[in-house]
Amino acid sequence: MGKGGISIWFFIGLSLLVNGVLILGAGIWEWIHPPADPVVLFQFHAGVWWGALLLAAGIFYTFHYAPWQTVS
Amino acid sequence: MTPLLAMFAETKLVRLSAVDVIIVAFYFGLVLVIGWYLKARANTGEDFFLAGREMTAWIAGLSFLSANLGALELMGWAASAYQYGILAVHWYWIGAIPAMIFLGLVMMPFYYISKTHSVPGYLKLRFGESSRALSAVSFAFMTVLMSGINMYSMALVMKVVLGWDIHFSIWVSSLTVAIYVALGGLRSAIFNEVLQFILIWAGALLIPILGLVEAGGWTNLKHQIAQNASAEYTHVWSNLGSFNANPMGIHWTGIVFGLGFIISFGYWTTDFLVVQRVLAAKDLRSAKLAPIIGAAFKMLVPFIVILPGLLGLAVLPMKLTGEGAAVANGGHSYNEVLPLMLARYCGPGLLGLGVTALIAGFMSGMAGNVSAFTTVWTYDIYRAFVNKNAGDHHYVVMGRWTTVLGVLISVGTAYLVMSFASIMDYVQALFSFFIAPLFGTVVLGMLWKRASGAGGFWGLLAGTLSSIGMWAWVKVDPAALRYVALSPNAKDMAENMYRALWSWIVCVLVTVIVSYATKPKSNDELVGLVYGVTDVPHETAVPLYYKPAFWAVVVGIGFVILNILFW
Repeated sequence: MGKGGISIWFFIGLSLLVNGVLILGAGIWEWIHPPADPVVLFQFHAGVWWGALLLAAGIFYTFHYAPWQTVS
Repeated sequence: MTPLLAMFAETKLVRLSAVDVIIVAFYFGLVLVIGWYLKARANTGEDFFLAGREMTAWIAGLSFLSANLGALELMGWAASAYQYGILAVHWYWIGAIPAMIFLGLVMMPFYYISKTHSVPGYLKLRFGESSRALSAVSFAFMTVLMSGINMYSMALVMKVVLGWDIHFSIWVSSLTVAIYVALGGLRSAIFNEVLQFILIWAGALLIPILGLVEAGGWTNLKHQIAQNASAEYTHVWSNLGSFNANPMGIHWTGIVFGLGFIISFGYWTTDFLVVQRVLAAKDLRSAKLAPIIGAAFKMLVPFIVILPGLLGLAVLPMKLTGEGAAVANGGHSYNEVLPLMLARYCGPGLLGLGVTALIAGFMSGMAGNVSAFTTVWTYDIYRAFVNKNAGDHHYVVMGRWTTVLGVLISVGTAYLVMSFASIMDYVQALFSFFIAPLFGTVVLGMLWKRASGAGGFWGLLAGTLSSIGMWAWVKVDPAALRYVALSPNAKDMAENMYRALWSWIVCVLVTVIVSYATKPKSNDELVGLVYGVTDVPHETAVPLYYKPAFWAVVVGIGFVILNILFW
């Protein structure tokens, strides 16, 4: 978006990618080392699948709209 | 510590882990990087104040919605849902969708074709300098004050939820917004608003999903709410036949005419804070489509705002109360329902994303206020009345400094409110005085070519003064509520709606009467500004799905279905 600049979707992808990595990592860590005082519905490991979802979306947007891929 | 601040206990609802702090810090870093990157593309007035008019419909539409989707909006309406039930959804559906569609299909062509920089700028073209001056000064003044109030409220939330120092919250968030808007102008504000919109959804969407899992689905949720509160809490329309039959103390006429027509249309079609985002669209089709895209997402926002409030009624082990009772008894208030739900389901990482969503919501609202203030000050006050003949570069520099100044005034307001909490109520009331009459003036200006310059000005002034008068009347004599709001049982929200309705009617009547008594503009002067004398381009020979009107019908059908489903 924008004439000759980096697309906003690239920045969004970057944000989702980094957040996805951090949340997925924290979720896996908690799965391996369950906390003493877990959140409600801990057994669903929301951090793992939500983090994975964000990571997948982040990878797509980051690379699809990367400055070296597109000037739109 | 001020009395208002002292009301809150020195406890915090959630405790952030290291990964949560990294996520929040990364967000602050990213928005600053975006602002810095876009600085090179904000060299002309068109770039800085209108983002080069090159936004796609999606970007303009999401930004249009995001500027309104503040953190206080998220937490406030979640609290209202806990307190009043699903009735709060009216502020997202009938209180927004028809107005957004109207803006896209009917009003945007005139805002866009006239090439105005702002709503006051349109009033200047249509009615003359006096109407512009009245609306510009009132808008600029109220916008920075509102921004300060929101800033203070948000800092208070951060204090309660995270235990953050209130001064730290105010200065870090406001300076971040000042830097990225001053650097990149409206383009930077819009880019960040779209990012913030995505983060709000990413951070908040898990709450209703996990909440519905815990509650056992919508049907079980309704049963639990009926047990814990009342079965009325899950009906949108069926209890609005009488002021006493619903927890808001409101009648359906107030919702339909006051909220659905006047307040909603006034806000979504004339408040420059949101309209500015659509003016940045790259072409007329995008400008028409942007509010419709915004409307589609607006319909879904209750899923992350209203539903968590309802879920709180069913799954939270404690009973939430009003602010006063919460302080007195050491419990939790309605306003804490969203953070409580966040803390209930979100572990490390997810919690950081949820807190980032709240901060992003606050910053998108503030950036919206500041960028709109900057444009109105620079073009509609400074250039119109102080320095008419400066070069484009001069106005860009003025815009950058006005951004910083606007943020500093907002910070000043935040500290003022910290000392005198009652100011908050007065300023919020003041803001409502201008919205309804402004809608009357703008809509008559666009749809009725006989409306004269004098009619527009005196109608706007009379409508605003009548609104102030009605507000003061009820303050002095509470019994006047039976006349202003049609019932002595009406509560604050109902009073606001009826006051808006009357002030709009006064504005329209005065505009019509004065217009017939004064000389109208010639048709030549009205080209590009008014229906009937303007050739509005229509999409012809394009596929159906390419037309904004088609998507408006789709959104309209969704709106009707949702209201029937939750009747």
